[in-house]
Amino acid sequence: MTFTIPIDNGDALKNAEADSQRTLYPYVTGTSIVAIKYKDGVLMASDMGGSYGSTLRYKNIERVKAIGKHSLLGASGEISDFQEILRYLDELVLNDNMWDDGNSLGPKEVHNYLTRVMYNRRNKFNPLWNTLVLGGVKNGESYLGMVSMIGVSFEDNHVATGFGNHLARPILRDEWRADLSFEDGVKLLEKCMRVLLYRDRSAINKLQIAKITEEGVTVSQPYSLKTFWEFQAFHNPTAGAQGSW
Amino acid sequence: MFRNQYDTDVTTWSPTGRLFQVEYAMEAVKQGSAAIGLRSRSHVVLASVNKAQSELSSHQRKIFKVDDHIGVAIAGLTADGRVLSRYMRSESINHSFTYESPLPVGRLVVRLADKAQQVCTQRSWKRPYGVGLLVGGLDESGAHLYYNCPSGNYFEYQAFAIGSRSQAAKTYLERRFESFNESSREDLIKDAILAIRETLQGETLKSSLCTVSVLGVDEPFHFLDQESIQKVIDTFEKVPEEEEDGGEAEAEAAAAPTEQGGAGDQDVAPMEM
Repeated sequence: MTFTIPIDNGDALKNAEADSQRTLYPYVTGTSIVAIKYKDGVLMASDMGGSYGSTLRYKNIERVKAIGKHSLLGASGEISDFQEILRYLDELVLNDNMWDDGNSLGPKEVHNYLTRVMYNRRNKFNPLWNTLVLGGVKNGESYLGMVSMIGVSFEDNHVATGFGNHLARPILRDEWRADLSFEDGVKLLEKCMRVLLYRDRSAINKLQIAKITEEGVTVSQPYSLKTFWEFQAFHNPTAGAQGSW
Repeated sequence: MFRNQYDTDVTTWSPTGRLFQVEYAMEAVKQGSAAIGLRSRSHVVLASVNKAQSELSSHQRKIFKVDDHIGVAIAGLTADGRVLSRYMRSESINHSFTYESPLPVGRLVVRLADKAQQVCTQRSWKRPYGVGLLVGGLDESGAHLYYNCPSGNYFEYQAFAIGSRSQAAKTYLERRFESFNESSREDLIKDAILAIRETLQGETLKSSLCTVSVLGVDEPFHFLDQESIQKVIDTFEKVPEEEEDGGEAEAEAAAAPTEQGGAGDQDVAPMEM
């Protein structure tokens, strides 16, 4: 028989060794998620990169997953924490299904559950280092919301995480409409993702777009965006670096 | 039911496979004053008979709001009923807080049956709760009415009555229940009050004798005020005298019930209402 002696380092805040028991900084991170409501539901786009600091280490990470029948969860930030959250939600959905009683968890319920989890972890100074985007459709109503690692949570017609907030949302504020068709929605998201690809150093050119409607979830196969590098400013890039001042 | 060697402990089986203490607890429900529940596709009505210890005291509350979409009517040991209502309110509000969404009634009822009631039939240092609960509520799958028994069993009903003289109400409901699903809200309330009247067995029905509560789609749980109840009663109760003598008639009617009520209640323990 083998024994594992549980290590109790005591107070997570005061003890030096206890620091290893709580999250101090993220290690493998995902970059932006951009999501919009459209005519039939919600569209969510993300690239498939996992950065290890400044290295683009992993290039096949799915950062958008289906939750139950009615929701889609996208995450940026620490990938291992995202996987932990997926485990929590797995249990939640399992218990919900076990009731087998005609009631099911909708996107609003999942969003609020996640908000509680994130906020409670933040209160213990041991956050799940993610910004989560929760989208879904239930009974004909579309839902799109966001939760940050400190528990800030809200709903909106379009949301983005990380760099997406700075680069994508201004585009969405100008061009989003409630009655976007699927094709127009995808075009709009691709426009945002292209800007992010040019300007976010942790973005890679391999993205997935997920769609959720009353019928269910579809996650696209990974694909790349066409980029254009023939802008004048990119020709002769060292032109402005002559001399020493 | 007679006393026997196997009825001292709730954890003792009888040779015929019965738990007598649990069955005695179910008897306590029959001693309480009547409570009635009925439901349509979109509404649930809970009604109860108001009984007061004496003319000087107020009557016991037997119907409780658990949440905007769930109400409960009790019969039996009211103190036990209050504790269980508090448990239900707690479960409901915890769910609302975590999920920002109303707790489905079916799930509340199972938790009540398992955690609160069944546990007490399987611990030697506990006793079963001596109260039956009619839980009415609304969720995604429609309107529901459940009856939770001290044994930890629960059943779903279209309509049900519990407490003393509830058989009369049940007979009335059995005749009418097939139409309840499609009933309008008003008809449902009327049927509830008529069922209450059956349990009174001759006493004149007045709004002060009963409590009625409603909940439904777009209508959070609330009690009907005395006026509204009286209006419904007036549609089917024939006023004994002319309207000018309304005051006299009321005084006469008031005298009769107290006598009848007093005689019938001699066997009822003070803690049961």
